[in-house]
Amino acid sequence: MSAAAKLLRGNKINRSRAGDLLLFLFLAALGYFMALPLVFVISNAFKPINEILQFPPKFLVRNPSLNNFTDLYNLMSGTWVPFTRYMFNTFFIAFIGTAGHVIIASLAAYPLAKRKFPGVSVLFTVVVLSLMFSGTVTQVTNYMTMSWFGMIDTYWAVIIPAIGSSLGLYLMKQFMEQIPDALLEAAQIDGCSEYRIFWRIVMPVVKPAWLTLIIFSFQGLWGAGGAAGSMYIYSEQLKTIDYALGQILAGGIIRTGPSMAATLLMISVPIIIFVITQSNVLQTMSTSGMKD
Amino acid sequence: MIPLSRKPGERVLKQPRASVWAKKMSEVKRHKHMYVMIAPYFTIFLIFTVLPVFLSLTVSFTNFNMLEFPDWVGWQNYARLFIRDDIFLLAVKNTIYFAAITGPISYVVCFVLAWVINELSPKVRAVATLVFYAPVLSGNAFIVWTLLFSGDSYGYINAFLLKFRLIAEPILWLKDPQYIMTIIIIVQLWLSLGTSFLAFIAGLQSMDKTLFEAGAIDGIRNRWQELWFITLPSMRPQLMFGAVIQITSSFAVAEVATTLAGFPSVQYAGHTIVTHLMDYGNIRFEMGYASSIATVLFGIMLGSNLLVQKLLKKVGD
Repeated sequence: MSAAAKLLRGNKINRSRAGDLLLFLFLAALGYFMALPLVFVISNAFKPINEILQFPPKFLVRNPSLNNFTDLYNLMSGTWVPFTRYMFNTFFIAFIGTAGHVIIASLAAYPLAKRKFPGVSVLFTVVVLSLMFSGTVTQVTNYMTMSWFGMIDTYWAVIIPAIGSSLGLYLMKQFMEQIPDALLEAAQIDGCSEYRIFWRIVMPVVKPAWLTLIIFSFQGLWGAGGAAGSMYIYSEQLKTIDYALGQILAGGIIRTGPSMAATLLMISVPIIIFVITQSNVLQTMSTSGMKD
Repeated sequence: MIPLSRKPGERVLKQPRASVWAKKMSEVKRHKHMYVMIAPYFTIFLIFTVLPVFLSLTVSFTNFNMLEFPDWVGWQNYARLFIRDDIFLLAVKNTIYFAAITGPISYVVCFVLAWVINELSPKVRAVATLVFYAPVLSGNAFIVWTLLFSGDSYGYINAFLLKFRLIAEPILWLKDPQYIMTIIIIVQLWLSLGTSFLAFIAGLQSMDKTLFEAGAIDGIRNRWQELWFITLPSMRPQLMFGAVIQITSSFAVAEVATTLAGFPSVQYAGHTIVTHLMDYGNIRFEMGYASSIATVLFGIMLGSNLLVQKLLKKVGD
């Protein structure tokens, strides 16, 4: 048995060896392409300065060192706004936005999934339609609304729209539909209020779904300093690590090391969260389909 | 006591001759807790997603600079867009070209990859999922591509080509209009294995295994037939969801373009509808004109999504 065939053991019926090999090669080639830039980040984060300036450049690190991380630390302690402030901003936006989204979207998903009342189908149709256009379409008028509310140049300009994102509500609703009605009815007969049913029965059952929402929301907000942040937030002391990172990177080749160290630190947080919750995420996504 | 929700076909005590409206109102009253629960989400959703769409439609018929009161100009913005604004037409061309390539490719790759990964043993599958999903997880780590495609001989692509004597001198990848679009497409494809990829993997994993056994008995001979006759038809809901996500994101490309090629890019080679929108909305503050750009983009996104949904409904029919 070839190595590829060994790796590709699935349900054994209807599988040819040639097909196994073909698919394995496809997977390997694509995997290489996908992993290349990430390997580059990791490798460069540990490269000492002479290897970064080496010509021709070597892709992989020869003598790994932690210098870039200490350089990054020194570079950051010299900035006008302390680095801890950027970190606080990033964490604040990511945590408040994610928590708000998970709670409020779940709260709204339960009635949409499990109760029939006037307006429910119209509301859900609007949510599905909103999946069909990107937030960029509304960014100009959103800017106007936010300036009326006085939200420009505050954290809330990034946080509040993320709380109302439609993908999270959609996934949560699809997942909650799988909860057996009998469970809810039993609780009702026992005299539970709707809020209590939601909090004590529905929420624990849909734990995989809210872990998924946490991944999506956190991942979006964690890097939000770049796109949404620069649009709505002007004050230096309210900007995120993402923005600070861009500033270091703008320093050119000599800053490659520290900026790769910073990038590595930035991307490791969402990746760690994903690794921890992966199985739960896939469980939720299995219910994501759109029925006609 | 809390009223039980009504089953279809179940009869409810009703007053004779109660008007439709009164019935609706009592229904609403009966479900007041439901409205309380959905209120926070839908307040935000309506203000920051639905309202802006309508506002954008309205503002697109005005001349508005955020300072003075807007004045109504009718179709003038649209006329200017399509007749006088050559750069917009270039942006539309770029966007459609871009979406026509990345949309279908990323959609098919998402599915094929998910399908191949699903054949792996669970441990390998988890690792492979992480490898392919990592670019999306890593946020804007795509800036590393600017280093790979850097225009001097320190750029890795240049160094590689120079080493093998394929080129005589470094190529200014991100400054040469000839290459900009291709590079943006490559990077966007790298980033495109996102939500729909996860949806496909999960959909495949939750498929009914007995279907395959039954298929084998019924004479399905290889994996390709299995894919066509069993897997694809039962994946229809996920396929529809994936299509929506993929189409929407391929029309919205901007961040990758501006990060890699700069803003504005050389000879507008990486200019898309969204970057044009950012130009007028966030820099020049011509809100009326920017809104008409947004409205056109909205129409394109919604239209192509509805069209593809209609086509996908035919899969397996």
